[in-house]
Amino acid sequence: MKFIDYYKILGLNKDAKPNDIKKAYRKLARKYHPDVNPNDKEAEKRFQEINEANEVLSDPEKRKKYDKYGKDWQHAEEFEKARSSQQSAYGQSRRKGYSQNYGAHDFSDFFESMFGGATADFSRQRTTRFRGQDFNAELKLHLRDVYTTHKQTLTVNGKNIRITVPAGIENGQTIKISGHGGPGHQGGPNGDLYITFSIINDTQFKRDGNNLYTTVNLELYKALLGGEITVNTFDGQVKLKVKPETQNGSQVKLKGKGFPVYKKNNAFGDLYITYNIVTPKNLTEKEKTLIKELAALRKNK
Amino acid sequence: MEQEYVLITDFCTSHDIETHFILQLYDNGLVDIVLKENSYYLPLKQLPKAEKIVRLYSELDINLEGIEVITQLLKRIEKMQAEIIYLKNKLDLYE
Repeated sequence: MKFIDYYKILGLNKDAKPNDIKKAYRKLARKYHPDVNPNDKEAEKRFQEINEANEVLSDPEKRKKYDKYGKDWQHAEEFEKARSSQQSAYGQSRRKGYSQNYGAHDFSDFFESMFGGATADFSRQRTTRFRGQDFNAELKLHLRDVYTTHKQTLTVNGKNIRITVPAGIENGQTIKISGHGGPGHQGGPNGDLYITFSIINDTQFKRDGNNLYTTVNLELYKALLGGEITVNTFDGQVKLKVKPETQNGSQVKLKGKGFPVYKKNNAFGDLYITYNIVTPKNLTEKEKTLIKELAALRKNK
Repeated sequence: MEQEYVLITDFCTSHDIETHFILQLYDNGLVDIVLKENSYYLPLKQLPKAEKIVRLYSELDINLEGIEVITQLLKRIEKMQAEIIYLKNKLDLYE
């Protein structure tokens, strides 16, 4: 567990006056408050640090203890024991702080170790709320998992929630599960659960929205003369006719063989196949002779 | 009514703010409210937005004009974040 320099976090000297602390906190809080930095985990982390620093430095009792022990904080417990007989609970006249929706519920181990869980719990309750807290979760799935609509059980804050994952959901897309956030207060509604999908594509197909893309190797003679090949689509193999004189890099579209369209039953994008013509290797003498003849024919044409 | 709306007085009591503040938000087009049987209600769907505004106001000391600007900028940020996700997914095609 590392020592945390709360003065450094707020950009203050150790002799900072309460008003300096308040000003520094307010300035940094405006910069890093999660409400003005949506989906920015780095800002959220900074805000938690700032909140924690303010929690300590703006409370005379905590600041005194922090200043006294500093880097020698691990002896703080002894300090606590010595003064326990005359101690009254912290925070009887606490100032109003920032909402526990952000930051204050995630105090560092350092904080918990020095000031204890009970104090932190008190902090969590300090702000009035109405609607419950929103929860955010990330769900990692493979591309194959989101090809079909399916149910999945998630554990969020110790509770099991069964959700429907709709086919065709996009990588990075967020869905809202209403009422599955934190409980409401004073008759207010529960918060919501936001699930962001992180979709890992370990297939041969590239995805662009509802369309899929893949490359298929095509042997030279089939490209020249045409024929039939079997290709992989996302839901199985299909036979495909190859036109004579197919060029390298040319593309064919298999309509409706792409990815499901989000929340549209039985609607699919297209599959685009790019041909990669493979020339033969290890030619025999006879093959070389015949190819030379072909080359000469082409030259004289 | 009970399921879709919240009495503004309940909301304000819970957040320790004046009812007048919410009416000001309505006047500035920042939230929608509904008048029914001489009482003002806040649609449940508006709650996250209203609570965010309350936090900006009471925790960061930002006035209504500031909140209006921030709200507009946040809309742009959210739109751009959605575009970034779209473009990142598109970029995967070429990697």
